[in-house]
Amino acid sequence: MSSATEPAPGRPAGTGVDDEPWSDFRRHLLEDGILLTTGVDGIYGRSATYESVVGAVDALAVAAGADLGATNLRFPPVMPWATFEKNGYLESFPDQMGSVHSFRGNGRDHAELLRRTESHEDRGPLLETTDIVLCPAACHALYPTQAGVLPEGGKRFEIYGYCFRHEPSTDPFRMQSFRMHEFVYLGTPAGARAHRDEWTDRGLAVLRGLGLEVEPVVANDPFFGRPGRMLAANQRSEELKFELVAPVFAARRPTAIASSNRHVDHFSRPFGITTADGELAHTACFGFGVDRITLALLDRYGTDPNVWPVAVRSVLWP
Amino acid sequence: MTVDETIRQVLADHGRLAVPVDTLADDADLFGAGMTSHASVNVMLALEDAFEFEFSEKMLKKSTFESIEAIRTGVLEMTGE
Repeated sequence: MSSATEPAPGRPAGTGVDDEPWSDFRRHLLEDGILLTTGVDGIYGRSATYESVVGAVDALAVAAGADLGATNLRFPPVMPWATFEKNGYLESFPDQMGSVHSFRGNGRDHAELLRRTESHEDRGPLLETTDIVLCPAACHALYPTQAGVLPEGGKRFEIYGYCFRHEPSTDPFRMQSFRMHEFVYLGTPAGARAHRDEWTDRGLAVLRGLGLEVEPVVANDPFFGRPGRMLAANQRSEELKFELVAPVFAARRPTAIASSNRHVDHFSRPFGITTADGELAHTACFGFGVDRITLALLDRYGTDPNVWPVAVRSVLWP
Repeated sequence: MTVDETIRQVLADHGRLAVPVDTLADDADLFGAGMTSHASVNVMLALEDAFEFEFSEKMLKKSTFESIEAIRTGVLEMTGE
């Protein structure tokens, strides 16, 4: 195991790559102590300064949905394998998943585990999967808890939590472990569509209020393989996913900082969630990418929030 | 089996249709008959196995699999018949 102070292989400590669109931004974040490298791409420590922005952004997200009477829930950043098997994640995103492993061997196995660790050999054969996986999206843990008949008018939830996607990158915007604050609806098809449309507008208002040049664009999830290309094409043609995209870096690369999704009956079918009139429910969610919004602000206004424009500071810290 | 018989067999095995495939006309909407996006992917893969080809990139979309007629057109295009 490399310690947190060791550089990642083949790269100088702390700074990362030099010729990517994000190289300057990444260097500022690390040199100014906003984020701390751990030696693994996409896994960072967060400073108090960074967290102060995260907290302020999150408060704006909460305020944007305060009138909806959503039930507030929190789940840990791990969830059961059983949920994962049922909700289709393994079919669609096997390359992004994170499975939690542990050791269940005997003393001899333990010695072998330590030997392999010391000599940097594959430890995999000595570790076993547990019955939990890392949560890939904040709302995924919700659906199994909602099996049954929804009340008239459906249900709304607010869920905040850490999410995991295995896509290591030196791009600060592509964290492997990041936070998502979601507003979820379960109910009728029309209700799900309305939720998605309404939250797209609310999300745009929040982000534009911070001076971010955000636009909604039709998007698709990174489904795996050739079958995935078909799922992605379906998702786009049905306009199931919108991302709110802001330009970042000197190159003004369009980067999603929030997203709005209709799942149709993708989650209600496996978990048996029905509307009051007995039809399969439709679900929808809007997610504020709290870490990405924070990074977009740091990219746009610099790494010292104390000297950000008054108009932005007064929104974040009224 | 003829091309149509094979297509109907694949749909029966993988389409997760809400109605028996025999009751569907060639131009009936398969998604309307209960085929999900995920089921259509399994249909696509099973057709590739049955006919021993790979659909081209541009054909990997919903409309290619929306009806038996559309599937037949796609299959014949790929098998060059």
